[in-house]
Amino acid sequence: MDYFLELFFGGLTRGSIYALIALGYTMVYGIIELINFAHGEIYMIGAFTALIAASALSLLGLNGPALLILAGLIAVIYSAAYGYTIEKVAYKPLRKAQRLSPLISAIGMSIFLQNYVLLAQTSDFLSFPTLVDEFAFMEPVSHIMRSSELLIVATTLVSTVLLTLFIKFSRMGKAMRATAQDKTMAMLLGININRVISVTFIIGSGLAAIGGVLISNHIGQINFYIGFIAGIKAFTAAVLGGIGSVPGAVLGGLILGWTESFATGYVSSDYEDVFAFGLLVFILIFRPAGILGRSTKDKV
Amino acid sequence: MREMLQVLDIQQLTMDFGGLRAIDGVDLEVRQGEIVALIGPNGAGKTTFFNCVTGVYEPTGGRMTVRPPGKNVAVRLNRLKPNIITEHGLARTFQNIRLFQNMTVLENVMVARHCRTRSGILGAIFKNAGNRREEQEIVDFSYGLLEKVGLQMHVNDLARELPYGAQRRLEIARALATEPFLLLLDEPAAGMNPRETSELDALITRIRDDEGVSILLIEHDMKLVMSISQRIYVMDYGRLIAQGTPKEIAENPNVIKAYLGETFDA
Repeated sequence: MDYFLELFFGGLTRGSIYALIALGYTMVYGIIELINFAHGEIYMIGAFTALIAASALSLLGLNGPALLILAGLIAVIYSAAYGYTIEKVAYKPLRKAQRLSPLISAIGMSIFLQNYVLLAQTSDFLSFPTLVDEFAFMEPVSHIMRSSELLIVATTLVSTVLLTLFIKFSRMGKAMRATAQDKTMAMLLGININRVISVTFIIGSGLAAIGGVLISNHIGQINFYIGFIAGIKAFTAAVLGGIGSVPGAVLGGLILGWTESFATGYVSSDYEDVFAFGLLVFILIFRPAGILGRSTKDKV
Repeated sequence: MREMLQVLDIQQLTMDFGGLRAIDGVDLEVRQGEIVALIGPNGAGKTTFFNCVTGVYEPTGGRMTVRPPGKNVAVRLNRLKPNIITEHGLARTFQNIRLFQNMTVLENVMVARHCRTRSGILGAIFKNAGNRREEQEIVDFSYGLLEKVGLQMHVNDLARELPYGAQRRLEIARALATEPFLLLLDEPAAGMNPRETSELDALITRIRDDEGVSILLIEHDMKLVMSISQRIYVMDYGRLIAQGTPKEIAENPNVIKAYLGETFDA
């Protein structure tokens, strides 16, 4: 039973990270129908920024949790700036081009950022300091779930709820929904869609950075390649849940996390990806638009 | 009759799509408080004309100017983005309804207040008193508009759940939420039954009289056009073939020819 629970919470943690990244994919797709392949790199850049910030700030003698929060905040802001800039540089000039062009641009951006970090940092794994000690109240269940995992799950939950409220009730959230449904009409109602698109990239990048920081704190090491793998998995999660749908991204992330965790635990870690992508294929056969996705009608 | 101020002035508007000239040197003006109709057979270029004026298309040639009443300025519309044109006081509806189907009736109207309000993304997160007041004003204003078009019973319904005629009225309310001085209506009566059309007739007149909004409409329902418009422009094959009062238009041989073809001429 403990083994099952361990796998369950392991999958929940993994799934939460996928969900945090998948939200960025799904929001950007919802607004401009682009798969932002550079999104995984934002997650990686978030992790590196946090490592650098934490190393620098530790000289001030701050304690672990304070370091994590400060370094996390810096990582979120820095990554959001990256997301904003990527959109302006690589996607905005191609907005009226055919759909394949921005996709190629996104893949190029992804390769560029990976190699940029490879050159600027190193190809080796860097160790990420453990910033949060095990919480005392987690002692009795520590063999099932670690504190860093609880942190991931809780942060994901809070982020998702805040994001949902933002989209549902805020003025910018309404403008985002309007833009997603009909860009021309949104513009004709006076909505500055460039601003809406920028905000979407900023929020998505910030969430990915949160994921990057928390997973580094959990696993304890990072390198320039982590964004690529996590990005592909999170993209899978977004498609699984129904790309364009915010609850779909979270659901897809969790399902993928559990599938991988249980496949690793009960079968073999070699088959982790086989199960993950097998599930994707299986679900897309029966629900081509994803679990919560709506098959979209062509706009007139 | 007193001289009415011009609010929209279009001169020599031309729009080419590749080798096809969809609009060819059209002149048109709307004066303050007028209801003007733009009619013509299908494919005459009427909707393209609207798309040029609202910034959806960038016209190939010509000059488009608005003069917001009360402000002593003239604004060139050429090359402006649709959202900026809306900020200057133009609003429009579409021939095929383009509501935000998955948003509620109230949200559809509220979202159109975006350009008339200030607080941005930070304001949405950190709500101070001013922000909250503004938010409340948006809700009140939107309710008021929905009441005017008779949709107060449906505020929390999804837009796609509304009956057809109500969707059309919601589109008008949403356009009014941007506080335009000139409203462009693209076939507002399309698909409506005679009772709905006569209600629409009253609604359009009321918008003009109560809100002081000038109106330019494309319409095929001749009864509606003849009853509410002061002046009519007729387009055919991208050209203006006639203009004048409803009476003049009804008697114009060119118009009759364009609508009915040569063989019925006589």
